Amino acid sequence: MKPAAKSNIDQNSVPLLEARGITKVFGDLRANDGVDLVIREGEIHALLGENGAGKSTLVKILFGSLQPTEGTVLWNGTPVTLRSPSEARALGIGMVFQHFSLFEALTVTENIALSFDSDVPQRHIEQQAGDLSIQYGLPLDPSAIVGDLSVGQRQRVEIIRCLMQDPKLIILDEPTSVLTPQEADTLFETLLRLRDEGRSILYISHRLNEVKQLCSRATIMRHGKVVDACDPREETASTLATKMVGASIANLVVQPPKDRGDIVLSIRNLSMDAANPFAVALRDISLDVHAGEIIGIAGIAGNGQGEFFAAVSGEDMQEDAESVVLEGVPIGHEGISQRRKRAAAFIPEERLGHGAVPQMVLTDNMFLARHASDADEFQKSQPLRVIARNVVNAATKRVVEVMDVRKSAENPPAAALSGGNLQKFIVGRELDRTPKLLVVNQPTWGVDAGAAAHIRQALIDLAANGSAVLMISQDLDEIFEASTSIAVMADGRLSPPVLVGETSREDVGLLMAGGQSDAA
Amino acid sequence: MRLELQKRPQSSKALAYLSPFIALGLTLVAGAIMFTLLGKNPATALYTYFVEPLFDPWARDQIILKATPLILIAVGLAVCFRSGNWNIGAEGQYLFGGMVGAMIPIYFNDWQSPLLLPMMMLMGMIGGALYGYIPAILKSRFGTNEILTSLMLVYVAQQLVDWLVRVPWRNPQGMGFPGTKSFNESAVLPDLMAGGDAHYGAVFAILAAVLMWFMLSKTLKGFEVTVLGQSPRAGRFAGFSARQMTVFAFCLSGALAGLAGIAEVSGSVEKLDDKLSLGYGFSAIIVAFLGRLNPLGIIAAGFILALSYIGGESAQIMLGISDRATRVFQGMLLFFVLACDTFIHYRVRFIPTPNKVNA
Repeated sequence: MKPAAKSNIDQNSVPLLEARGITKVFGDLRANDGVDLVIREGEIHALLGENGAGKSTLVKILFGSLQPTEGTVLWNGTPVTLRSPSEARALGIGMVFQHFSLFEALTVTENIALSFDSDVPQRHIEQQAGDLSIQYGLPLDPSAIVGDLSVGQRQRVEIIRCLMQDPKLIILDEPTSVLTPQEADTLFETLLRLRDEGRSILYISHRLNEVKQLCSRATIMRHGKVVDACDPREETASTLATKMVGASIANLVVQPPKDRGDIVLSIRNLSMDAANPFAVALRDISLDVHAGEIIGIAGIAGNGQGEFFAAVSGEDMQEDAESVVLEGVPIGHEGISQRRKRAAAFIPEERLGHGAVPQMVLTDNMFLARHASDADEFQKSQPLRVIARNVVNAATKRVVEVMDVRKSAENPPAAALSGGNLQKFIVGRELDRTPKLLVVNQPTWGVDAGAAAHIRQALIDLAANGSAVLMISQDLDEIFEASTSIAVMADGRLSPPVLVGETSREDVGLLMAGGQSDAA
Repeated sequence: MRLELQKRPQSSKALAYLSPFIALGLTLVAGAIMFTLLGKNPATALYTYFVEPLFDPWARDQIILKATPLILIAVGLAVCFRSGNWNIGAEGQYLFGGMVGAMIPIYFNDWQSPLLLPMMMLMGMIGGALYGYIPAILKSRFGTNEILTSLMLVYVAQQLVDWLVRVPWRNPQGMGFPGTKSFNESAVLPDLMAGGDAHYGAVFAILAAVLMWFMLSKTLKGFEVTVLGQSPRAGRFAGFSARQMTVFAFCLSGALAGLAGIAEVSGSVEKLDDKLSLGYGFSAIIVAFLGRLNPLGIIAAGFILALSYIGGESAQIMLGISDRATRVFQGMLLFFVLACDTFIHYRVRFIPTPNKVNA
C-alpha cells in the first residue's frame, strides 16, 4: 500500500531515501511493523504519531543506531546496511536529537570538534562553524562555553554540528519541544532555507500546527504501523489529530470562570539556593492561588519548574514557614506528608521513579502517596502501623474505574502500564481524595491524546468544584486550553499571573525567553 | 554472533522461586567436578557433605548451633539490603555486640541474677547497633561509601577484641591463653537439649526472622524499607527519609548481629576469647541472598549453609578434604545464586551479526 503523495516534487525520480517493510521486534513488542517510508529530495517530510507509535524506533533504524529485524533501507535507490550512526553520517544522513549530547564544560567549537577526526585543526572547525551560523541565520559564538548557553542556542550547536557534515537528509526529533514560540519561528526559517538548497528534512513532531506550517508531506504512524499519508497543508489540525489517534478526541468542557474563591495557597518571597551546579535557584517567587482557579505556569524546561514543584510539595522544605501558606496556615517548614494531611496533593513530572515505584504493584503505589493523608483508613492497629490492604485495594479499584485505567492484569507493577494509563492512575490517586490544592507538574507529558484530554478535563472539573490547581507545564497548548490564569517561569523567577483572556501566545513567549540574551 | 542480556518485560515469577534451587543444583554439580579433580569419588564426597550429617544427632545439634548466628545476622542484613544499604560489616557488629554484652560477667564475674542474661542480651544488641551506627552516620552525613567503612570497621573490631582478651581482660589463671574468665552459670544461655551445644539463641533467631517477616510484609515501616531500596526519589515523594532509613537499617542489623555475638559468647563459648570471629558475619551475606532477602527463606538458607560447614568438617575428617573446600563451596553458592537471580529479570538472546539479515 503505497500512499499517493501529493507534492510539487517530481514523483517519478528515485527517492532520496526509501524504507521498505521495516520491522523491529523488542521481546513481545513489534515497535515497527512493516513500515514503508519515502523521502524525496528537497522536501520537509513530517513523521507524525502519538508517544509509543514507533517514530523513534524508525528514526533510530534510519540513523543506524538500531538494526531492523526485517526490511530494507534504500539510499538513492541502492540498498544499504546502516550498522552505526557513523555509517549513516558517511552516506549523508544527519540527526538532531531531542536530548542534546553536548559537554557543558567545553566550548561550542570543542564540542563540534569531538565528532570529527582528531587531525582536523580546531581553527578550521571554528571558521567553518562561524560561516555556517551566519549562512543559515543561526547566531552563535563558537568560543562560548556550552554550559552558559540557553536551550535554544544549544540546539543551534547541534544543528551546526550536523550541517558540518553537509548532510543530504536531516532528521529532527521533536525540535520545538524545548523552544519558545519565537525561537521556533527562527528555526523554521532555517529549515526552509535548508530545503530550498535541495536538502531533505524528516521532521518528527506531534505539534500539528507546526507540521501544517512547514511540511509538504506527512506519514502518520500508529501502534508501529503506517496508517496514513497525506499533505498536511490540506488537512486541519483536528483531522490530523484524528488520523494520529485513530478516533476523534473529545473537546474540553471549560466552565465559564466564576468569581474567584478564597485564597487557598499563598507563596510569599520564596527563594531557594540551587542544591547542585545543575539545579536552578528560585528567586523571590510570590503567587496566590484561589479556590476555583487553575494557574498555569508556562516556561521552557530547566528554568526552575522542578525546583519550584519540590519547594511547594515539601520535598524541599523552607526555612521560613511563612513563605508557603496553605489556607492561612504557614507550612513552609513542613514536609510533604504534613502538607498532604492538610489536603494538598502533588503530581510530579516523572511517573516512573518519582510518582510511582516502577516494580511495585498499583495497590502499593496507591499506598505510596496516601499512607499519611489517609492514615485513618489505610493503616490499622497503631502503633504497629499495619497496612489495611483491603481498604487500599478498594481505593485502587475505585481510581482504576473512575479514570478508566487500562491494564493487563488485576494488579500489575506500575512499569507494566503504558505512560498514559499510569498517568491517569497517578492523577486519579490524588483526585480520589478531592484535595483542596493540587500541584501538578507536566500533567500530560508523554501521554497519548485521548488520555491527555481525560486528564485535563479532570483538572478542570476539580477546580470547578472549588479546589485550587497549580499546573506547571511546558506545553503552551495545554496551558492555554486548561488554565484560568497564566504565569511564566524563567530563570527561577515567576511573572505575575495574568487572566488567560488578557494575554497571548506571543506575550507568554516573550516572558518565557525573559532574561536570556539570545536575540535571534 | 554475540550474546546479549535482554530485560524481560515482566520478571519471571517461576524463576524467582526456582532460582535458589537451580543455584543449589549448579553448586552441587560444580562441587562434584571439584571433588573429581581432587581425586575423590564425587558421590561419596557429596553424601558425606550434605546427607550424612542429617542422620547424626550430634551433627544435627551442631547444625543448629551454626545456623543460629547465621540466621540472626542474615535477617538483619535482609532489611539492610532491601533498603539499599550495603552493610558488609556484620562481622564487626557481631564482635562488638559480643564484647559489650560480655562486660557485665567480665567485670562482675560473681554476680548472679535472673536479670543478668536479659541485660547481657540487651547490651549485646546495643553494642552491635552502636557499631552499625558508625558507617550509617558516615553515609547519611558525609556520603561515605558504607561498603568500605563497614568492612574496614570489621578489622578494627577484630583487633580490639583480640587486644582486650590478651591484655586487660585476660584471665590471670588462664595459663597465658588469651581469653577472659569463664562466666558463672547465670550468665550462660541455656542449652536447647540437655548435653547438646545448641542454645536458646536458636529461638531468638526464629523469633527474629518471624518478626522481621511481619515488619517487612505487613507494616508501613517495611513498606518504607522496600520503597527506599527500589526508588529513593519515589521514597522522598512518599515522605520517607533515606537518611533516617540508613540509620534505622544499620542499627537494626547491627543489633541483630550483636545479639548473635553475645548469644554465641554466652551460650556456646561461655567466655570471651580470641576465636569469636569465625566469619559468620560474612557467610550471613550468602544466607541473606540465598534466602531471597526474605526472612522466612533465610531460616532455610541458614540451615543449608550450616549443613555445609558441618559436612565440610566430616569430609575433612573422613575423606581428608581440606576445610578450604567448604569456603569454595560457599563462594560457588553465592556466585550461582547471584548469577541465577540475573535471569529473573533478564533473558539471554543470541544476536546474529546484522549483515546476515538485511544485506
